[in-house]
Amino acid sequence: MLSLFLSLSQRIDQVSRAAARFAVALVLICALVSALNALSRYLFDLSSNAWLELQWYMFGGIVLLGAPHLLKTNGHIRVDIFYSKLTHRQQLWLDLAGLLVFLAPFSIYMVLTSWPWFLEAWTLQETSPNAGGLLRWPVKLLLPLGFALLTLQGVSETIKRIAALRGTLSLDSAPHYERPLQ
Amino acid sequence: MNPIDVMAPAMFAALVVFLLLGLPVAFSLAALGLASGLLAIELGVFPPAFMANLPYRIFGILSNELLLSIPFFTLMGAILERSGLAEDLLEGFAQLFGGIPGGIAYAVIVVGAILGAITGTVAASVIAMGVIALPIMMRVGYSHRMATGVIAASGTITQVIPPSLVLIVLADQLGRSVGDMYLGAIGPSIAQVLIFLLFIFVASLIAPKSMPPLPEAERTLKGVSLLLKVAKGVLPSLALIFVVLGTIFMGLATPTEAGAMGVVGAIALAAAHRRLNWKMMREGMESTMSITVMVIFILIGASVFTLVFQGVDGGLWIEHLFTRIGADDPTTFLIVVNILIFLLAFFLDFFEIAFIVIPLLAPMADKLGIDLIWFGVLICVNMQTSFMHPPFGFALFYLRGIAPKSVASKDIYLGAIPWVALQLLLVGILIFFPELVTGLLDKPKNVDLQSIEIKLDDTNGASGSENSENPFSENNKKGAESAPLDDPADYFKKK
Repeated sequence: MLSLFLSLSQRIDQVSRAAARFAVALVLICALVSALNALSRYLFDLSSNAWLELQWYMFGGIVLLGAPHLLKTNGHIRVDIFYSKLTHRQQLWLDLAGLLVFLAPFSIYMVLTSWPWFLEAWTLQETSPNAGGLLRWPVKLLLPLGFALLTLQGVSETIKRIAALRGTLSLDSAPHYERPLQ
Repeated sequence: MNPIDVMAPAMFAALVVFLLLGLPVAFSLAALGLASGLLAIELGVFPPAFMANLPYRIFGILSNELLLSIPFFTLMGAILERSGLAEDLLEGFAQLFGGIPGGIAYAVIVVGAILGAITGTVAASVIAMGVIALPIMMRVGYSHRMATGVIAASGTITQVIPPSLVLIVLADQLGRSVGDMYLGAIGPSIAQVLIFLLFIFVASLIAPKSMPPLPEAERTLKGVSLLLKVAKGVLPSLALIFVVLGTIFMGLATPTEAGAMGVVGAIALAAAHRRLNWKMMREGMESTMSITVMVIFILIGASVFTLVFQGVDGGLWIEHLFTRIGADDPTTFLIVVNILIFLLAFFLDFFEIAFIVIPLLAPMADKLGIDLIWFGVLICVNMQTSFMHPPFGFALFYLRGIAPKSVASKDIYLGAIPWVALQLLLVGILIFFPELVTGLLDKPKNVDLQSIEIKLDDTNGASGSENSENPFSENNKKGAESAPLDDPADYFKKK
């Protein structure tokens, strides 16, 4: 039974990794698009709202598609003064509580509230109010999609924590995130 | 008892408990905000529509052009760290100043300041300088404390010198323009560099043994070849400073675009040094993605929390707290706030402080007539210290990672203390001499009123960023601003 769940968890991890790879690529593309936008405006006096909007569409993609993978690598920031002193099992229990009590309600709530909001943009074929602006639904779709993926990754993490607590999976739950650099 | 009197303190207390437990910050904030919001609706504190606009708020964050600068500046720093620029700069300046006691320390401070004016990642500066300067300093006979202290401190100057990412984020949270924030930070940046240089000068008089000059035999470069060496580091630096900082101050680019151009510049520089390769790019992009997600999710969580916290009059509660301890005149308020932030920096890092604590304090500061640019720069200088002390002290942490075993961790920690004191000295100077910040700004007082409105309406400031001085930013921001405009949250709360 547990192995069935574990293979489900692996599938989810793969999906998140694929989404994250996309988000990583967007980082560079987004920077290049922004630099080109600025250059073309000053060198050729060309400016396109579509390209300007594309910049923050991609920003949305980086954040919302990258988030599930960050959950997988236990990379969301925590204050680890107390956490780092816990035993491995205690960390697993605390993670489990965090996943079920904190992450799940929020991400499910976000999926539920942002879905109708996306649908509205889709049915109305809402476009940006700017001249030559983009259709709105793709970026609005990112919200329910991103939070749905995050919820799924939460499921995967929950399965892994339970398996680890039952001793069928060894899991490194120590946070190994890179802190913001600035 | 009125539920509204209890809710704000209860939310605050619960937040402290959850954060200390070590639950992920972003989700603790979000879930706590959500639960409190639903409870408040149940108790009739505010109508159900209050929570229904969460997607709009998140959408407002994602369409905020300023926040887009976070991935750009992070990526630029990551590439620059691997580009070999810091090496060139340090080798040149160490030869230039090497002959006098404390010479390498001066070089480290100057290079830290130059790197700070190019980009904004503390890690990049500390690691690059530590790898090159620390071995030389140890070989020459610097005391370990002096060597590690000056490297860590010079790495953190980056945070105050424009184009600092922290200043961008603070400008966004305070609803002020980034251009003004940068102008305000120039005075304090220069003051900080001078204070550091002066400290080395005094220390070299008192304890010259702890910072001997570079021996004659190692000062291989003289005359023209020395100048060439210095120029090899300085010229590309000036070019990058122009591309990023110059275009912002001249109004040619928004901070975000300047960051993007900085990425291109850093790639070009790495290519010129023959260090550009796919592996290094991918590492930089991956860590940029993680950091961006991490930071923006904290902002998302904080904005859910703040929405509800302000909805239950949390702002008022905080105001009463400050009044009760007698901190309701500007100077006392600033002193109390700075002590508070200094202490909080032991537990939270600067993004958490900027997103959670600043929105709670800014309305009060504004009400007391404190210039928010001054307030922001003060806090920025103060938050530097969080890199320099345990338990997080990332500058120390990075340094530990690259320092040889013979350097004791104790020395790294103790070596940081005088520099933290110098940073606090600057905080004190700024509290009593605001002209250092505001001197370069022109004062459009009437603009303030409008900003106050915006501040109270939308405390996460995600939609309050349309105040760039940049004349070109208008067409550029249309896209970014359209989202908050149709945000019913604003509409609702204005009524």
